[in-house]
Amino acid sequence: MGVRTWIEGWPVYRQLTGTDPLGRGAAAKSARSDALTPRTDSAESMARSVCPYCAVGCGQRVYVADGRVTQIEGDPDSPISRGRLCPKGAASKTLVTSELRQQRVLYRRPYGTDWEELDLSTAMEMIADRVLAAREATWEDVDDEGRPLHRTLGIASLGGATLDNEENYLIKKLFTAMGALQIENQARI
Amino acid sequence: MVDVNSPGASVNPAEQAGHLDPPPRMGFFTDTSVCIGCKACEVACKEWNLVPESGLDLLGMSYDNTGALTANSWRHVAFIEQPRPVGWQRTPPMVGTPTGPPISPATAEAGAETTVDLGTRPGLPPAPDPAPAGRMADGTQFLGMPGSELPGRGDRDERTDLRWLMMSDVCKHCTHAACLDVCPTGSLFRTEFGTVVVQEDICNGCGYCIPACPYGVIDQRKDDGRAWKCTLCYDRIGAGQTPACAQACPTESIQYGEVDELRERARVRVERLHADGVPEARLYGDDPGDGVGGDGAFFLLLDEPEVYGLPPDPVVTTRDLPRMWRRAGLAALTMAAATVAAFIGRPS
Amino acid sequence: MAEAHPVGFQWVMEAKRRGAKVIHVDPRFTRTSALADTYLPIRAGSDIAFLGGVVRYILENELDFREYVVAYTNAATIVSEDYRDTEDLDGLFSGFDPATTSYDQSSWQYEGNEGDGANDTATERDSAAGLRHESHGPPVARQVMRDETLQHPRCVYQILKRHYARYTPEMVERVCGIPKERFEEVARAWAANSGRDRTSMLVYSVGWTQHTVGVQYIRTGAIIQLLLGNMGRPGGGVLALRGHASIQGSTDIPTLFNLLPGYLPMPQHAQHPTFDDWVTSIQHPGQKGFWNNARAYAVNLLKAYWGAAATPENNFCYDYLPRMTGDHGTYQQVFNMIDGKIKGYFLLGQNPAVGSAHGRAQRLGMANLDWLVVRDLFMIESATFWKNSREVETGEISPERCRTEVFFLPAASHVEKEGTFTQTQRLLQWREKAVDAPGDSRSELWFFYHLGRIIRERLAGSTLPRDRALLDLAWDYPTHGPHAEPSATAVLREINGYEVATGRPLASFTEMKDDGSTSGGCWIYTGVFADGVNQAARRKPGREQSWVAPEWGWAWPANRRMLYNRASADPEGRPWSERKRYVWWDAEQGQWTGHDVPDFEKTKPPSYRPGEDDVGVAGLSGDDPFIMQGDGKGWLFAPVGVLDGPLPTHYEPAESPVRNPLYGQQANPTRKVYERPDNPTNPSPPEQHSEVFPYVFTVSRLTEHHTAGAMSRTVKYLAELQPEMFVEVSPELAVERGLTHLGWAHLVTTRGVIEARVLVTDRLTPLRVEGRVIHQMWLPYHFGAEGLVRGDSANDLFGITLDPNVLIQESKVGTCDIRAGRRPTGPPLLDYLADYRRRAGVDGHYPPVVTARADDDGSDDGTDREA
Repeated sequence: MGVRTWIEGWPVYRQLTGTDPLGRGAAAKSARSDALTPRTDSAESMARSVCPYCAVGCGQRVYVADGRVTQIEGDPDSPISRGRLCPKGAASKTLVTSELRQQRVLYRRPYGTDWEELDLSTAMEMIADRVLAAREATWEDVDDEGRPLHRTLGIASLGGATLDNEENYLIKKLFTAMGALQIENQARI
Repeated sequence: MVDVNSPGASVNPAEQAGHLDPPPRMGFFTDTSVCIGCKACEVACKEWNLVPESGLDLLGMSYDNTGALTANSWRHVAFIEQPRPVGWQRTPPMVGTPTGPPISPATAEAGAETTVDLGTRPGLPPAPDPAPAGRMADGTQFLGMPGSELPGRGDRDERTDLRWLMMSDVCKHCTHAACLDVCPTGSLFRTEFGTVVVQEDICNGCGYCIPACPYGVIDQRKDDGRAWKCTLCYDRIGAGQTPACAQACPTESIQYGEVDELRERARVRVERLHADGVPEARLYGDDPGDGVGGDGAFFLLLDEPEVYGLPPDPVVTTRDLPRMWRRAGLAALTMAAATVAAFIGRPS
Repeated sequence: MAEAHPVGFQWVMEAKRRGAKVIHVDPRFTRTSALADTYLPIRAGSDIAFLGGVVRYILENELDFREYVVAYTNAATIVSEDYRDTEDLDGLFSGFDPATTSYDQSSWQYEGNEGDGANDTATERDSAAGLRHESHGPPVARQVMRDETLQHPRCVYQILKRHYARYTPEMVERVCGIPKERFEEVARAWAANSGRDRTSMLVYSVGWTQHTVGVQYIRTGAIIQLLLGNMGRPGGGVLALRGHASIQGSTDIPTLFNLLPGYLPMPQHAQHPTFDDWVTSIQHPGQKGFWNNARAYAVNLLKAYWGAAATPENNFCYDYLPRMTGDHGTYQQVFNMIDGKIKGYFLLGQNPAVGSAHGRAQRLGMANLDWLVVRDLFMIESATFWKNSREVETGEISPERCRTEVFFLPAASHVEKEGTFTQTQRLLQWREKAVDAPGDSRSELWFFYHLGRIIRERLAGSTLPRDRALLDLAWDYPTHGPHAEPSATAVLREINGYEVATGRPLASFTEMKDDGSTSGGCWIYTGVFADGVNQAARRKPGREQSWVAPEWGWAWPANRRMLYNRASADPEGRPWSERKRYVWWDAEQGQWTGHDVPDFEKTKPPSYRPGEDDVGVAGLSGDDPFIMQGDGKGWLFAPVGVLDGPLPTHYEPAESPVRNPLYGQQANPTRKVYERPDNPTNPSPPEQHSEVFPYVFTVSRLTEHHTAGAMSRTVKYLAELQPEMFVEVSPELAVERGLTHLGWAHLVTTRGVIEARVLVTDRLTPLRVEGRVIHQMWLPYHFGAEGLVRGDSANDLFGITLDPNVLIQESKVGTCDIRAGRRPTGPPLLDYLADYRRRAGVDGHYPPVVTARADDDGSDDGTDREA
């Protein structure tokens, strides 16, 4: 910074030499204010998304910098929402960036009194073991009259209305192939 | 200092603050007649401006748990329940529902057509007389202040009308802003858009601005001591964007735009409401002749400002400063002249 | 609507600005009421009486849109002479079997088609068969007798008139607590604003479904909208505002026990032992309409599931599908968990400990599993029931004795994965991925793909027949990235369907073949990948296209934004009015055209009439707009498909403080009950002791929170806006029970007791019902024991009694007691509840399901049935 710039950055100098002798406007503008731009302008990318709360389906724009979500706001292009969001939709950034989000697998063993940490791949193997064991223990091939049942009633699943269609498709497909019938979601409540 | 004793003139405060050829003055028109009290404005503001949370307190002020504009709430939605009609509801919403004295606990039993005592009486406690809620039914009216009183209840024998007013309050960005006048550091400044902004890199937390605000808007944050309030999203509007609250607002209750154009829009809206049978609609803060020279953020209200917790006749608290300055200046000149005279008069 | 769907409400405000009148009917004065032109308080659970009153008002004053009603509804159709109405049978319809509490629907059929009603309705109830009709109507004969003068005493119009004759304004006042002048104000406005030039819209939120008569609530609304000519027309319709981002999608591509994608029914062991039995039951040979192609839809699904292994020779692997034997719904599952019959449970973004009825049963059930997998963004009550729940407090669950193994797996959020949501108006919208999910968080797509992969690897080499379905499964999705995330695009392509030989994506379900040459995972979604383009990702700005905005996202079916829009034109294909022009017949071009994709065969002229033998789509006339109905008509009277009656009838909720003023039958006689000691019901008249629970309560959402709270009580900016559990009471009730504003109160039912802060407000009012005063109170249901803000769960108050059509619980109305002060804690809480149950006389006693005195029907005489 040259001396001249330094001096021009000095409010009193600007106040005395500029158009704002009272120093309440142009002369008082700080360096930060001078450089201020909306952080959405400096985002590295913007994803076009949809609000995760209710079923109105408001458009969202998700701004990202340094691999983190820096802003989520309404998408003015959406003919459904025209850029507007309710308090929940407006809180989406805090929802997805919350420190309260669980980021590690937790495990509570039978009769355990607290959580333990568990490796994700170990958890996947353990869950697969249990699914197969429950299926084997409760498999029903046919009913009393010999008609096919091809199922297990030992496994149940609940949830899907907050998930994507593609996810619900795979969930239903895998469980159906497994013979697990008792699949339910929020549409039932 | 601006002489605010010559009311009526629509001034561009940005020009007066040394911004050469400034853009049009920008502001908010908040139309409370279409506010649904969703509080999207409060949240969108906090998300954009990274404002801290303001506490987990159930205030009992209808659905308002924010309480007031503070350093940590730059938008605040007030909720007011009143036993009076709202113009667009031709029929009182509660007309024909039971009124009169409190209902006796026996009513429920009698109505259930099981009058024979089968030894299973619930043993209802007698109603306390007068019950606290009953005492509150004497006509207290909720004025937007925290308290434990029953909101809004008037004469309990006339339980017919009910209206629920909602209003998103915000910094008014006064034409004559006392907070700015008293700020000794130049932290508070008038932007080229005519808005009033605290510069967080300048503010030293002296707090002079707090008592100066005629609306009680500007506030110090406890942990850092600095003053914070709505910036009208100075960063966003500088890039031609809409402030976060106005962009989120689902029903266009919060409208952002050029103040002159918003004033015209507001005038038309009031006329429409009057024609639609809502005579109580009125504007607040739109008048350049008022005590603060008009607000950059003004409102359409459905009741007296006090009902929403707004001062009825705000006056820039530094109104008398110019006169004082003139006097002080005169005194100083006199002093200076005397000093000069003293020097001149001194024999060399 | 302003409360739960504020951004949707912008369109109501837009309409209001243009002169529309907004009428709001709700037990409590909400943020919607504040903006409405008219608000009516109503007793929770009495909506059919209210809407039935509107039906009567329309019919008595002949205000129906006659030309529309005659041409487009079944008003003219003659019903069997065997039919008996609730007017004749004290609240029951003909065909009621008290032993199964279900109906034989034969007598409800159209004249000459009595055989069509021989459905096993008890089985249909257990399989929630009503849900199937979300995409299409149930079958009826295509040739029916009609009297277009509407004078025949057994035509639907006359039956309707007689059925609702007693729903007078005076009766509405007695049942609903709405003064009759105010009721008439609404009925008059509704009828006056409907017809050739104007339409009225009926909007409900899914609280309407949470009643033992939930389906019939919506049916009553639909009857009104049909009578007034408001269906299939712009500004009309019955609009459901659903509450989760893709709850529509999770019904279309169901994670539901009774359905397969595209509303194909899950097979039932006795009715569908073979592929042909199953397909025939869907297709109904001889039927009009698009379900005639059901075989193709079924084959395409099985091909999508089992790929090359699915061949015509093995019936496309039909035998791999598991079979239903009864009720396998979520509430039956909970009881099975309590009884130790279920070993493992997955929770995928759902929190039943807070969000489902009867929280205690939910938690006790989870405490009796072998293992539980919880996948969520935040730690939820359903994952911590073993250490932080009411039952731990009372000693019913202790960590040292609870064996349930719990896996908590963090889930990816909506910005950390790509995929489609289907919103409430059937619109699919693709989301782009913004960032990687943090830590161990993964999408469900990842979790299920890899779980399937691991399981298939374990079973490789197995020779067990039961493992064939897993080993033959088409499960080879391309993956990408460091975590091997499966491609959502590839899954969406599979859902859309393609030609097996070439891989060319199908453009429409009409291209689906039943020979295995095409494959498609959800026939109603075919077209979402038409031309190989992800149509759901289209984002042409709304301002750059017509008001229908057909190039934003993609709507099923066939990108049609309004269903049954053929009805927006008159029988000759002309718009009913210029003002309401939407879809019409262009005679010069010889095709249907308009603002939307016509919901009709594009080139079938209005004058087309089918031949005697025409079935399927060819069986539909050029003026049959309701193309998914078996007769092409909108159904005022439902001869099949609705299990609790062909016409909606007012029954009291399962728990009510009053006797049904209309009929001897108190509550829905076909409701699904679970008579178990852990599921008691509060007594209602004519039972004794209903005075123990003298008040009505209802629950719903706050704008500031979401469902069971996992996505809002954990978010600081939302938590602070509604930081505590509260109950809203009227000043009158506050006086009666000594409740103080902001003080504590507790509410009690036979299932549970919860505490809440009291908000005394004029927005709640007592109502005069049957000459007495009924108090109602309101609670939010968002609170639980985890999160930034905590509180007792309102759903702990409810028991489990279900609608018979869809097995949805009655959790929008119940009876309770309320007392000042906080609830007991620890074991004394159980004693406190036991004392209430003793005084209510419910221990081991369940209310009679049948209370009608229908002598000529040979049904139950109303005596109690003891369990």
